[in-house]
Parts: sequence; C-alpha cells; structure tokens
Amino acid sequence: MTREDIIQPQNLVYAKPSLMNDVGMHYCPGCSHGVVHKLIAEVIEEMNLADKTIGICPVGCAVFAYRYLDVDWLEAAHGRAPAIATACKRLWPDRLVFTYQGDGDLACIGTCETIHALNRGEKITLIFINNAIYGMTGGQMAPTTPLGMKTATCPYGREAELHGYPLNITDMAATMPGTAYVSRQSVHNVAAIRKAKRAIRKAFENSMNGRGSNMVEILSTCNAGWKMTPLKANQWMEENIFKLYRLGDLKDE
Amino acid sequence: MSKIKGAVIIDTDRCKGCALCVAACPFGLLEVAPRRVNRKGYPYVIQHDDDRCTGCASCGIVCPDGCIEIYRTKTED
Ligand SMILES: Cc1ncc(C[n+]2csc(CCOP(=O)(O)OP(=O)(O)O)c2C)c(N)n1
Ligand code: SF4
Ligand SMILES: [Mg+2]
Repeated sequence: MTREDIIQPQNLVYAKPSLMNDVGMHYCPGCSHGVVHKLIAEVIEEMNLADKTIGICPVGCAVFAYRYLDVDWLEAAHGRAPAIATACKRLWPDRLVFTYQGDGDLACIGTCETIHALNRGEKITLIFINNAIYGMTGGQMAPTTPLGMKTATCPYGREAELHGYPLNITDMAATMPGTAYVSRQSVHNVAAIRKAKRAIRKAFENSMNGRGSNMVEILSTCNAGWKMTPLKANQWMEENIFKLYRLGDLKDE
Repeated sequence: MSKIKGAVIIDTDRCKGCALCVAACPFGLLEVAPRRVNRKGYPYVIQHDDDRCTGCASCGIVCPDGCIEIYRTKTED
C-alpha cells in the first residue's frame, strides 16, 4: 500500500478544525494557547454552535484570538471579559457565550469581574489559561506564580514574605454557590488534551442548558516566558505546577 | 493479517518547529528537518520514516498550530 493509497478523503482521521482559520497564529512555537484554541474550535463544531457562539477576548497573548477562530468575538478591556460576557448572555440567552482569559487577565486585573460573574451564576463559561506569568508583556510575576519560580520581576524566585502567596482562584470558584462546573485541566500530552476537551464540552453544554457559571482552568506553559524549550516547559509544569494546582473536576453539580 | 497503516501531511509553512509532535510520536518517526527553515524563518518538522506510521494522531493532537493532517486505513497483507 502506497502513501497515496492511504491519503484518501475517506481515511482522514485528524485535521486542523474547520473553525480554525488558515491565517497563521502569532503564538510562540509550542505555546499552549494554540492547543486550547483547537479544542474550543472542535467542541463548538461538534455541538453545531458555530453560528451561535460569542467569545470574549482578553488582553494578553490571546488578544488576537478573534482572528483565529471563525465565530463571533468581542474584545474586552483588560480583565473585563466576564462583565461583557454577562451582558451578551443576558441579551442573547440562546447564545454560547464564553471568555478566554490568561491568569494576569482573569486572576489579577480582572479578579473583581471574575469573582462576581462566577458568583452571580451567569450562564457563561470562563476558559482560564493559567501559564503562571504575564506572557505577553515579557514574563512578569502574576498572582498565580508558584513560590520559588523565577520570573522577570522576581528573578531570585517568588518569596511569600515579599510577594505574597500564589492565588488559587479556581479552588475559590469551586466554593461559590454561583458556580455549577469548575474544572482544572492541562494540555501537556494526548491524554490530558482529550480530558481537557471533555471538560470544555461539559462547561459549554451547561452554558447552553441554562446552568452556570462554569469555569475551566487549563494549566498551560509559556515556554518563551519561562525560558525553556516547549518540551522542557511541559516537564517543568508537571514537576512544579501540578503539585500546587490539583488537576481534575473541582465541582460538578 | 490486517495491519493499520497511517500517513501524515505536515503543513511545513504553518509549522514553527516546536517539536512537541516529535516527542509525542510513539515510534519516533518525526524530526525537525536539519538545517532547514520555512518561508517564515521557522525550522519545521518532517516525517523521516513513514512506513511504521499507524495514524494514531498523537502528533496532530499535540500540535498547537494545527499543522498535521492524519490518515489511517487497514491493509490485508
Ligand atoms: C489596563 C492595562 N493594564 C496593563 C496592561 C499591560 N498588559 C498587557 S497583557 C498583560 C498581562 C497578560 O498576562 P495574562 O493574562 O496571564 O496572559 P498571557 O499573555 O500570559 O496569556 C498586561 C499586564 C494593559 N494592556 N492594560
Ligand atoms: S509569550 Fe508565552 S503565552 Fe505568549 S505566545 Fe509566547 S509562549 Fe504563548
Ligand atoms: Mg499568563
């Protein structure tokens, strides 16, 4: 059997999601943002919601997400995506409304919007890309940075005495009466990517079934900001981030 | 005995050479092309041995840029 015999339309088992545009993404090589973009595109496609989806972009490396997935998007000011999502979902209750936010966006400048939108039980989903730093601006410490981790603004490693403790906003979300589904996932290997996709699907289904609020955190790498190769960044995350932030469903009601 | 055969098409112009797929392939069939860059200046990945590919899709699933298309079928030899 030749390569040409195998490469036939009926044998196609995997490809770039059809909702992902052909335009190249600006993310650094190996950045987790791309993997999560693909999962979101696949889930929207499988739920047949391409015409009914409104995503809210953050400020951060994902600021251009609206270029990459062929659904409707709004661009929020830094950290304010959950407020915009609230308005969208209340005005168009039949839409799938989700935010896509980094840790600097969701857990630092936007903490107020995040907490109150979640606790109001808005029928939305927050996709939370936690790469433990401000990627876009050059790898500064974020509230999520683990103790001991070196960043541009804590070059000797984060110290509790000086910088305070890492903020676990997803565990906090799970304790709120307003949340329906809260999950923490990662995308560092095939098995994890499959699980993360199931979590995103569940959150989106809840949002469409009038159940909220929903939050899916994806523990991610920013290999450029961490100054590691993409593969090393995945390994470093497994060794250093997973013990701080527990993987799995934190709340499913 | 039937055997599963796979093939991949890598969009080398879209590829950034992050090499996550190289690590994900269970048979080690992928590599960053030595001393080559694409038109954006990125190194890119090629499959150096396609005979053992089973089309498991691991490389495609981990690719952050959606550069890999995967085909799979069964043969009877
Ligand atoms: C009001 C305001 N303050 C600060 C900034 C600068 N700024 C841009 S992106 C960013 C942090 C992004 O970090 P994160 O949300 O973790 O996203 P990542 O790039 O890591 O995916 C900051 C502080 C801004 N654009 N607007
Ligand atoms: S700076 Fe970090 S988060 Fe931003 S695109 Fe590069 S790897 Fe991704
Ligand atoms: Mg970040």
